[in-house]
Formats: sequence, C-alpha cells, structure tokens
Amino acid sequence: MTDLTTPLSADIRKNLRAGMSVTLSGTVYTARDAAHARLYEMIRNGEALPFEVSGSGIYYAGPCPDMPGRVINSCGPTTSSRMNAYAPMLYDMGLHFVIGKGPVSPEVREAIVRNNAVYFAAVGGAGALIASHIIEAQLVAFPDLGAEAIRRLTFDHVPLIVAVDSRGSSVYDR
Amino acid sequence: MRNIEAAEITAAVKSLFLEACRMPGADVLDAIKNAYENETCAPAKEGLRQLLLNARIAKETHMPYCQDTGMAVVFIEIGQDVHISGSLEDAVNAGVREAYDTGYLRKSVLNPISRKNTNDNTPAVIHYDIVSGDGLKISAAPKGFGSENMSRIAMLKPSDGLSGIKSFVIESVKAAGGSPCPPVVIGVGIGGTFEKCALMAKKQLLREIGSVNPDPFLAGLEAELKNDINALGIGAMGFGGGSYCFAVHISAYPTHIAGLPVAVNFQCHAARHASITL
Repeated sequence: MTDLTTPLSADIRKNLRAGMSVTLSGTVYTARDAAHARLYEMIRNGEALPFEVSGSGIYYAGPCPDMPGRVINSCGPTTSSRMNAYAPMLYDMGLHFVIGKGPVSPEVREAIVRNNAVYFAAVGGAGALIASHIIEAQLVAFPDLGAEAIRRLTFDHVPLIVAVDSRGSSVYDR
Repeated sequence: MRNIEAAEITAAVKSLFLEACRMPGADVLDAIKNAYENETCAPAKEGLRQLLLNARIAKETHMPYCQDTGMAVVFIEIGQDVHISGSLEDAVNAGVREAYDTGYLRKSVLNPISRKNTNDNTPAVIHYDIVSGDGLKISAAPKGFGSENMSRIAMLKPSDGLSGIKSFVIESVKAAGGSPCPPVVIGVGIGGTFEKCALMAKKQLLREIGSVNPDPFLAGLEAELKNDINALGIGAMGFGGGSYCFAVHISAYPTHIAGLPVAVNFQCHAARHASITL
C-alpha cells in the first residue's frame, strides 16, 4: 500500500500504475452531476470558479446529510462515466486527479495521458468506511444542490485503487 | 373486513426504511465474506475486504452502508378483506418522508426534467398486489441508481429463443461492466408484456441470495448464467476475478405469440430490503 498526499507531484502521477492500492491524504473537492453542469456553464461564460481546478482533485460524490457528532455522513463514490462529457475539459485545465468508480470513456483516458493525470477508483458502496477517513468537510459552493453541493474535504488515508494511470492503462481492461 | 389505520402504515414504512437503508441483509454480508475468502485477484480481494470493513463501520457508527440510500420502492400485498382508514398512498409517502428526514438519509429524488429536488425523497414508487386474506404485507426496497442505470429491457423475437435470452443477459452484463457496484444480484424477467417483464425482474431482487427457484428449469438457467457471468472475469468492483455476481434470479410469465420480452435489473451489493406483515 503506497501512501499519497495532495498535491500529487508530476513524478508521483507519472509513476502510479493501474491496479495499485494506495491511500490518499489531503484536500479533495466533491462534485457530481449537477455541480459539473454548473461548473461547465461558468467556464463557458468565463466566470471565476469556486475553487482552483489546476493542481486539484475532484471526488465524484454526494454524501448523506450531516449527522450530529460526525465530520461527514456516508460518502462513497458515484459512477464516473456520467461525468465523461466534462472530465477531459477539467483535466485540460490542470486537474491532477479524479476519484470515482467504474470505467471511463476513451476520451477521458486520452485526456489523462495528455495531462500526466490519474483516475482513482474508490470502492463503490463503501460510504461509511470512506467517511471514517474524512477529517474535515466544508461547504464551498452551490448549497442549494444539497448532496450535490461542492465540498472541500480533508482525507486521512482514504483507500483507493489506481484505475487509469498516466500511460492510459486501466484496471477495468480485460 | 379488517380495518387498518393509515397512521399504522406510516409508522411501519418509516421503520422499514430506517432499517433497510442502513445495512444490507445477512445474506448479502455472508456472500461478501464468502467472495472475499475465495477471491484470488488482488485488487478485487482488497475491494471485498473494504466492503466487510465498511459493514462493520456502518454498524458501529450508524452511518448508512452506502450514501445512495436510493429511491424508495415499496411493494404492498393487500388482503382483499382489508379496509384502510385514510389514503394508503399518502400514508406510504409520509413514512418515506419521516424516515429520510429523521434518519439522515440522502434525498435523491427530483423532477426528471427540471432536476429540482423534492427534498424529502418522495414520491415513492409503489407496487400493489391484491391477495386473499386480511393481512397487509409491506416490503421496503431502497434502490440505488448506480445499478438501476445499468438495467435494460429488450423485446426479442420469438426466433431468438433461449439462446437469445442468454445472450441478452450476458451482453447487458458486459455493457454494465464495473459500473453497477459489483458483486451484484441480477434480476431477470422473461415474458409477459413490456411492463410486466420489468416488474418481474425487479421483484426477483427481493429474493434471498442462495434461495432456490421453485421452477427446476429456471433454477438450472440461474446457475448456468451465474457461472457464465462470473467467468467473464469482470469481477468485484470491475477489478477482475470471479466475484461479479452473487446470484441470478429469474421469473417467467406467459407472453404473446409474437413476442419475447426480457428485462435485466441490476442490484448492487448494497442489496437492502425489509418487510413486515401488519
């Protein structure tokens, strides 16, 4: 198990290999379907985004509502392929990594290779486990979207698998 | 004629969703443990290990096992000698609303066009069956959409036959790949009409893992398809290996001379359901 901390350097991103088990610590932003639609509109209109995409990582997730006494409620990954339309543009803007689940399109894989980026898979459905490794959560944008709002999370050793590496290899290829 | 108060139904629906949304059944947890012990593909085995740990943490913390606490699907078997005081539909939706509100469960239901969230996870999808007697059985089945999105229906031709049915199930699995959160349970409906076929597939997801189909032919077909699907090597989480599906559950119904409908409904490993008979 390799322990990684954000920001992920170019060297680290280059040397990750599909199928590797890793843990990730540091800052990650949640965004899923509705938040992506809004980010896309803002980019098209040339507006300032609620967080700096370049050098960051996005987690495709929408947690359960906050529970008293916990940093965040159950918070596992959602299906990445629904964000296929948006991911290449965000990687081209300097996004270092995405965390989601399931295969992504050839266009997304090309964007990962082109930008020396990475796609991690979290275990789908492991919402309680992942939440127990999140030590800070703060609402950043789009509170009206509820579960789909953008949150800044601080990970503490969240277990992940390298799903698509900077050479374009995928753990989902058979 | 037996009378049941709507308030009693609301309380039952609330408690069923609070129970079901937190944790999959014992049959699922046993199946995950079994898959973990037998899996040899390293990334898949690691994923299965995390699922077992996830179940333990969910139990200890009362956080839901999965954050997708689903759209509320409710099956009601109502005895023909039962009278309900009040609106049954309103009573069910009130129970769903209370469960998702008080249980810190995710509200995932919205207008399909405007995408505006209803903010209380209603309305539920309710299926009614009228049966003999004076009982009322309610089953709650919160349905996540990672797996629902991978489900398919085909109106095959009679000439496609049994081999066409098998091919459609296998092709649906290949198209779904690692997206529906495998290990999955796969519900299959064969025959009937368009909507009957889909509903049969959905109802098969309520069956306990390991239960044997009372129809010997379908029982054989279930075993064959499960074997063929696991042999594809897609594996748990799509990470490879032989643990893609826990079970294939099939239901069949007579159909029209011109048709052969087949529906495939995927259920992720967070296979959650709970029932009560009032």
